[in-house]
Amino acid sequence: MTVLSVKNLKTHFFTRAGVVKAVDGVDFSLERGKVMGLVGESGSGKSVTGFSVIGLVDPPGRVVSGSVKFQGEELVGASEERFKSLRGNRIAMIFQDPMMTLNPVLRVDTQMIEAILAHEKVSRREAWTRARDGLGAVGIPSPEERLRAYPHQLSGGMRQRVAIAIAFLNNPDLIVADEPTTALDVTIQAQIIHVAQRMCADRGAAMIWITHDLAVVAGLADRISVMYAGRVVEQGDTDDVIDRPRHPYTVGLLGSVPSANKRGQRLNQIPGMTPNMLALPAGCAFQERCPRASGTCAAQPQIAGHDHLVRCFHPHDVPLGQDAVSA
Amino acid sequence: MTAPILEVKGVSKRFVKRLDLAGKIAARLGSDLREEVVHAVDTVDLTIGQGEVVGLVGESGCGKSTLGRVIAGIHSATEGQVFFEGRDVASLSGADRRAATLAVQMIFQDPFASLNPRMRVEQIIGEAPLVHGLCTRSTQSAYVDDIMRKVGLDPTLKKRYPHQFSGGQRQRIGIARALAVKPRFLVCDEAIAALDVSIQAQVLNLFMDLREEFDLTYLFISHDLSVVEHIADRVVIMYLGRVVESAPTEELFARPKHPYTQALLSEVPRLDQRKRNFTPVEGEIPSPLDPPKGCHFHPRCRYAMEACSVDRPLLADQGARRVACHLPEGAPAV
Repeated sequence: MTVLSVKNLKTHFFTRAGVVKAVDGVDFSLERGKVMGLVGESGSGKSVTGFSVIGLVDPPGRVVSGSVKFQGEELVGASEERFKSLRGNRIAMIFQDPMMTLNPVLRVDTQMIEAILAHEKVSRREAWTRARDGLGAVGIPSPEERLRAYPHQLSGGMRQRVAIAIAFLNNPDLIVADEPTTALDVTIQAQIIHVAQRMCADRGAAMIWITHDLAVVAGLADRISVMYAGRVVEQGDTDDVIDRPRHPYTVGLLGSVPSANKRGQRLNQIPGMTPNMLALPAGCAFQERCPRASGTCAAQPQIAGHDHLVRCFHPHDVPLGQDAVSA
Repeated sequence: MTAPILEVKGVSKRFVKRLDLAGKIAARLGSDLREEVVHAVDTVDLTIGQGEVVGLVGESGCGKSTLGRVIAGIHSATEGQVFFEGRDVASLSGADRRAATLAVQMIFQDPFASLNPRMRVEQIIGEAPLVHGLCTRSTQSAYVDDIMRKVGLDPTLKKRYPHQFSGGQRQRIGIARALAVKPRFLVCDEAIAALDVSIQAQVLNLFMDLREEFDLTYLFISHDLSVVEHIADRVVIMYLGRVVESAPTEELFARPKHPYTQALLSEVPRLDQRKRNFTPVEGEIPSPLDPPKGCHFHPRCRYAMEACSVDRPLLADQGARRVACHLPEGAPAV
């Protein structure tokens, strides 16, 4: 069952310096219980894509066109009231900084109970029980005690667990997780990924996991979309994208991950810098850094393919029976 | 190993939060307020050979940055000594002291915070060599141009301010500033952590090129094991202020012996690991204000025995490797 279907989504920011096309024609869809990794570097539009889906784009930004269908319902142009009844209920979010989710002056129990009562008519007692069970489900020891704590009394990893517990409180159908482990240490990151993965599998929620780290989504996602300068440049099943990348940017990204290279040798670096979103070249945004670029690239390539899609005039061939890049 | 360029012997660094007047009065009156002591670095020994790249790995709060700062001379050690080319840096004075501290330079994590926003690039890079007599006012400009070219920056941009550069370029400015005083030893504290993946590779390559060109020795501090695996000859793992394992890179990654190293290695996300169901190490890093007794890792360790909660395991030599664990053979291979 398709939980989310995004078509030709465009979110632009109308700044004094010009129009920033942060998201410029993004398509993807997401099935129940599946995880999609949305990968890109800073400024690629991955977070804005996530924020557009949940209706959290603030001025000067605006979703200018396209469609976001959540369980068949069009969300582009939906009222703020409608979004309020969906967010925290059917659609939940997990942010990079759990302090963005948690109110520093309220105890954890107040915040969790509020999140339940905002969407459902249940007794306080019942809400409290659900809050406690929610904390237990994400592996927080002695949840009763933690419910009485303020956010600053918890460690970073613990706060992120609380944020995840709140996200799952009302059994959402869709979760948008924006770099939820970037600020955490590896052992804590592993715990958080483990919790999120298990919760999705148990509850059948679909999840968008936004990250800059390909290695994280390699172990977590079913499908991966790679974004560059506001567009999806490659999209496919995790194995296809990681083992048989076709877009030169994806190939470059995978090549610049240290573990994919032999020790002590030079890394395959992508030359140049991430592009200035105010002055994108005409045509393919990657052409200036691309080893395969030609005159054709001055036109805008369209995303093409059946299941493994790529937006490139000169994609890498699909190697037969061999892994192009694997660690 | 070649002759050591830098040796750290029994170095500890403690940060004490002193009581203010109200606190002192409260303590006198019988309150349980005490001075808070953080053992950031706890009797660490480390030897780094000439030309070696040593990776220092650990999670936040393990004291890796503090150790780096002690080595770079930014913090003084509470206990222990730092030897540079066989001489105790703290005991030197005058010109010798200056030479020893100049020879060890540091590159910081945040290229936004580590550059003075009100100085032009030429001042940032050119100030120190002028002060230390490595160039004169008349040769300063050419000197700066030369260094900028070496780190891959266009010298025509030297009149600009830091905010006019991207993150990767700013990190290059930081590297140029460190190189300008002709150091022998660089402490890179999470030097690429704040950069995008594609830019990380560029800066890592630059580090390797510079190593060859200037015969540099690196202490590469990072939480990112894949980066360290790539660049380091030897890896040192720290946990809560102590070194728990150190070994040549290949040996360490092939067969980690300390349970903490094993946990760390198995939990690094890798491209070749797909949808996996693993059981991560339990618990969180304890507060360095109140570290567990004995082995710091024992509350989270699945092999913990009675001795682990009582005695501190000492670093024991096992060939080129050193492990601090009560298990004689280290943790079983997984």
